[in-house]
Amino acid sequence: MRLLLTRLASVAVVVFGVLSLVFFLIHLVPGDPVEVMLGESAQAADREALRHALGLDQPLLTQWLHYLGNVTQLDFGVSLHSQRPITQILLERAPATLELALAGLLVAVVIAFPLGVMAAVRKDTLWDHGAMGVSLLGVAVPHFLLGPLLILIFAVWLGWLPVSGREGLASLVLPALTLGTAMAAILSRMVRASMLEVLNEDYIRTARAKGLGPRAVIWRHALRNALLPVITLLGLQLGALLAGAVITETVFSWPGIGQLVIEAIQGRDYPVVQACVLFISLSYVLVNTLTDFAYAWFDPRVRLGAGR
Amino acid sequence: MSLPRPARILGLWLPLTVVFVWGLFALLGLWLPLDPNRIELPHILLPPGEDAWLGYDDLGRSLAARVAAGAQTSFVVALWVVMISCAIGTVVGTFSGYVGGGWDHATVRVIDIFLAFPGILLAIALAGILGPGIENVVMALSVVGWVGFARLARAQVLSLKHREHVQAAIALGAGTTRIVFRHLLPLMAAPLIVEASFGVAGVVIAEAGLSFLGLGVQPPEPSWGSMIRDGARYLLMAPHMVMVPGAALMLVVLSVNLLGDRLRDRLDVRRT
Repeated sequence: MRLLLTRLASVAVVVFGVLSLVFFLIHLVPGDPVEVMLGESAQAADREALRHALGLDQPLLTQWLHYLGNVTQLDFGVSLHSQRPITQILLERAPATLELALAGLLVAVVIAFPLGVMAAVRKDTLWDHGAMGVSLLGVAVPHFLLGPLLILIFAVWLGWLPVSGREGLASLVLPALTLGTAMAAILSRMVRASMLEVLNEDYIRTARAKGLGPRAVIWRHALRNALLPVITLLGLQLGALLAGAVITETVFSWPGIGQLVIEAIQGRDYPVVQACVLFISLSYVLVNTLTDFAYAWFDPRVRLGAGR
Repeated sequence: MSLPRPARILGLWLPLTVVFVWGLFALLGLWLPLDPNRIELPHILLPPGEDAWLGYDDLGRSLAARVAAGAQTSFVVALWVVMISCAIGTVVGTFSGYVGGGWDHATVRVIDIFLAFPGILLAIALAGILGPGIENVVMALSVVGWVGFARLARAQVLSLKHREHVQAAIALGAGTTRIVFRHLLPLMAAPLIVEASFGVAGVVIAEAGLSFLGLGVQPPEPSWGSMIRDGARYLLMAPHMVMVPGAALMLVVLSVNLLGDRLRDRLDVRRT
């Protein structure tokens, strides 16, 4: 319980900091943000109206407090382009991003676990070097390169899958592969390292000594224990996944929050940019906090307060 | 530990050559007769071949010249970002770890806040808001980049400052400056250098990513990222427009990472 409270307190500080940083983003716009958003040909009256609507004519402290107050009521303001409440736009876009992120995560786990376990079990063999070579390659191929390459092979040449858009399950395959591969590359290294550590433990030797087959030893005894550190790291890697989603969604015209943020940047719709960055970051913080608690829950040593 | 022969060629000499060529293009780019923006209309979308080197893009510009000029962009950005991030991060982290107390507490909180922005999202937002241009890319990526170095430097100082040689220096009355520069920084250099080498690979990808999103250098200035973006529109007709800059990017990132691995083994640093 103590642990829970201190953790929640530090999360609160982080959330507050993120809110403040995002608030100040709009003040980094070179020159006059209102002029940049409306263009040079805008009428003076329109500029004043927008300045007032955004509260930019108020003192900075008032603006800041106002922003914090609005955000706690889930009010992110209004999009300059569509004049619709941003909260509504975010809610429309969020499912697509969630779907893509989960599918990418699934791809990563499905590739990484067998690869990492195999590399660890056959350490220093050709299998191990091969798997780690593939993983090194996976890290070096960014989403914005892998995406077009997959489109080229599976959509253009083979014609198996749609090039872009979000219609049906088939259209999810390529974006999910694009997003999941980079994470699989990193994850497989973690699984390998974690497995190697576990395989040296006494209880593995005991399990082998009592005559368990290699399969049971690896999957039932080793992997289960190797899983815990991997789960924590998985939570942290989710950040890379979310940032990758921004690029992947752009590559595949996937109508999620990532595409929204790029559209908003191009259209200088800064309130939307702020809201998207805030939304993605806070989801990331939320997931990581939950992973932390899950970790504490699954590990009785942490749960019962014996400390790590 | 020395690797067997073939592995040594693959893991050391090949990446060294790639990085050397990359740096060479970046440094000599100013004097080479490259002309990455010269348009030759008859060559539009020409694939690589006998008299086309690496082929031509949709505007009839030589991809060979553009990849070489793009090398300069990525090299300059990577060098600046890593230098700035490493300098700021080391100063902040060392100070925070050495002074401790409330300062340290505050710094850790600030680091946590920056880490709450996943990956390069903050850099995307910053670059988008500051507008395109190489200086803004460097600034946006440095804002994100210093955090890793600060964390590492702080952790290093925390583990080093209770070592006996530091305690002895304090007992002998050495000043803070002397302790930091003579007794801490030399021992922190190895892990920071290793981190910096992986940082270079990360920045190369990040710069290309920003340029891919249209938030990097201004066209017609070439960047591997914007070349990939332009090429993605001509996948069917001219896949080489994606392949050529993509291969360059992959080779450089792979090589820098391999060299980072070697450096880490050489300097005996455990990756955290």
